Amino acid sequence: MKKLKKDSPIERIWNGIFVENPVFVLVLGMCPTLATTTSAMNAIGMGLSTTVVLALSNLLIALLRKIIPDRMRMPAYIVVIASFVTMVDFLMEGFTPDLYKVLGIYIPLIVVNCIIMGRAEAYAGKKPVVASFFDGLGMGLGFTLALFLLGSIREIIGAGTWLGMKITPSGYVPVNIFVLAPGAFLVCGFLVAIMNKLKIGAGRRPKSEWDPTEKICGDCFSCMKFGVCDKKPEGTETAAQTIAKSKGTVAEAVAKPAAGAGATAVKAAGTPAGAEASAAAAGAGTEKKEAES
Amino acid sequence: MSEQYKVSVSPHVRDSITTSKIMLYVIIALMPATIFGIINFGAHALLIVCVSIASAVASEYCYEKLLKKPITTNDLSAVVTGLLIGLNMPPQIAWWIPVVGSVFAIIVIKQLYGGIGQNFMNPALGARCFLLIAFSGQMTTYAAGDKFANLADFVQGEFTSHAAGALDALSGATPLAYLKQGYDFNLGALFAGNVTGVIGETSALCLLVGGIFLLIMKIIDWKIPVIYLGSFGVLVLITAAVRGYSNPCLYMLEELCAGGIMLGAWFMATDYVTSPITYNGQIIYAVFLGVMTWLFRMVGSGSEGVSYAIILGNVITPMIEHYTRPRAFGIAKEKKQKKEAGAS
Repeated sequence: MKKLKKDSPIERIWNGIFVENPVFVLVLGMCPTLATTTSAMNAIGMGLSTTVVLALSNLLIALLRKIIPDRMRMPAYIVVIASFVTMVDFLMEGFTPDLYKVLGIYIPLIVVNCIIMGRAEAYAGKKPVVASFFDGLGMGLGFTLALFLLGSIREIIGAGTWLGMKITPSGYVPVNIFVLAPGAFLVCGFLVAIMNKLKIGAGRRPKSEWDPTEKICGDCFSCMKFGVCDKKPEGTETAAQTIAKSKGTVAEAVAKPAAGAGATAVKAAGTPAGAEASAAAAGAGTEKKEAES
Repeated sequence: MSEQYKVSVSPHVRDSITTSKIMLYVIIALMPATIFGIINFGAHALLIVCVSIASAVASEYCYEKLLKKPITTNDLSAVVTGLLIGLNMPPQIAWWIPVVGSVFAIIVIKQLYGGIGQNFMNPALGARCFLLIAFSGQMTTYAAGDKFANLADFVQGEFTSHAAGALDALSGATPLAYLKQGYDFNLGALFAGNVTGVIGETSALCLLVGGIFLLIMKIIDWKIPVIYLGSFGVLVLITAAVRGYSNPCLYMLEELCAGGIMLGAWFMATDYVTSPITYNGQIIYAVFLGVMTWLFRMVGSGSEGVSYAIILGNVITPMIEHYTRPRAFGIAKEKKQKKEAGAS
């Protein structure tokens, strides 16, 4: 496939449906995903209402992104999202009362759906208006497709129907569990696995975490070899030193160089700059003493 | 260099026992209950057991063949899983339901988590719970021909003067349902096993024989089954006494012999993979199972809850093991270290 131009509408929609599918890749919005996919129809209803909210709130947030102060962005986003959700809520109550009854609390709960907050925070708050709108649209369509797939599988296996029509042979006994909560987890797990297979492929299995020949360590603090290995992490001290310091055994060893630095600073106290330096060093020294005691 | 200087990693002393031998002993121990179930319920029960075992072994073989993994059907663990699934089926069930159960147990619960030794819950029990939710109607229908049409005949009296409901309302139910309502069921019939229930659970005697065989062969440890049954029994005794039943001891014995608790305690709770390996952990696990079974049976709305109790126990097993890890030799106790740190 030809490489798409970054942030172009088609690229955004493709990204939302496949590359960063909110359900199967980002694993966001799991609560409505698992709870409302008991049938294909419910899944479509939930997916489309989320899509509307997602596209419109992305659009508005992108429009307002230069006005909203950075520290106030969360409440501002919530207000924008909540107003769209309220609109969708009333519209659904008015025009699709049956679906509204089935979905119930999950419509108002779109406000706290993490896909919408996630996209506002990760994309719409930084990018131009058109790209943000299509990002929301793509994410929403990806969400809808994922829910539709999940709902279809669960409805066909668990109830023997699809979109309300009976499609299985008459002798088929519906497997109830697929309409219930455990079925949602089972089907979702299998779909994520298939998606990973499609995306990653068989030949590119990720390396196991514990690889002694590995050269790049990355984050020392989540490493299994933390404290045993003597490689220098990104900071200045080795992991072994960090551990020892936390136990308080090498506090003296660390304090000594500091005292030395203080002494040299005192020697150079003739100039004003030196005086400042000595004061700073003395300050550091007292801090160290306090830490020791 | 001669052979005697060979350097190797521990363990250096090896026992002659292998996985397939252990599984063979378990199969032998399950034989009395299986044979009794087949005699009790007839040829269809035999078909169910055979179909379960065959489909379990076949699905293990096919999965490993398809994924080009080493074939492990020779260790007999799939046979044990299949046999246990068969013993957990009501005798008159359609033949394809245990097949669904076996495929689910082997592929989803066992192989997807990495095969033998890696499953987080007992495959047979996982399959039983899956089927119980999926086909709840078929899985709880025990009407088994003329022989058990009048289960109410086994009712000898009442533990409580206000036993709820008329006997007719309970036809086709299990002995446990009668016990739950406060009726005195025939203890002899429960112990010998000529009552309704799933194929393998009815005879407490046969299961006890199998369990003691496993104890003598040192395949299982006494702690899990004995403490499980003991803690459950004590709790039932207290409940019966509090509720004012006329004979709490008899009631406790009947609760212990009825339903799946014997099968669960001896053959499922003791599964090596899904029960704790530490000494204290096994005790905590067994008490937990007893308490959960008591909750399901005495406090909950249903009359049976052994399988759910054991599955919950399986799920918390890693946590139990984490908190009961024994102190390594030569390492001071936690408290002492703290004291030393405080002194310096």
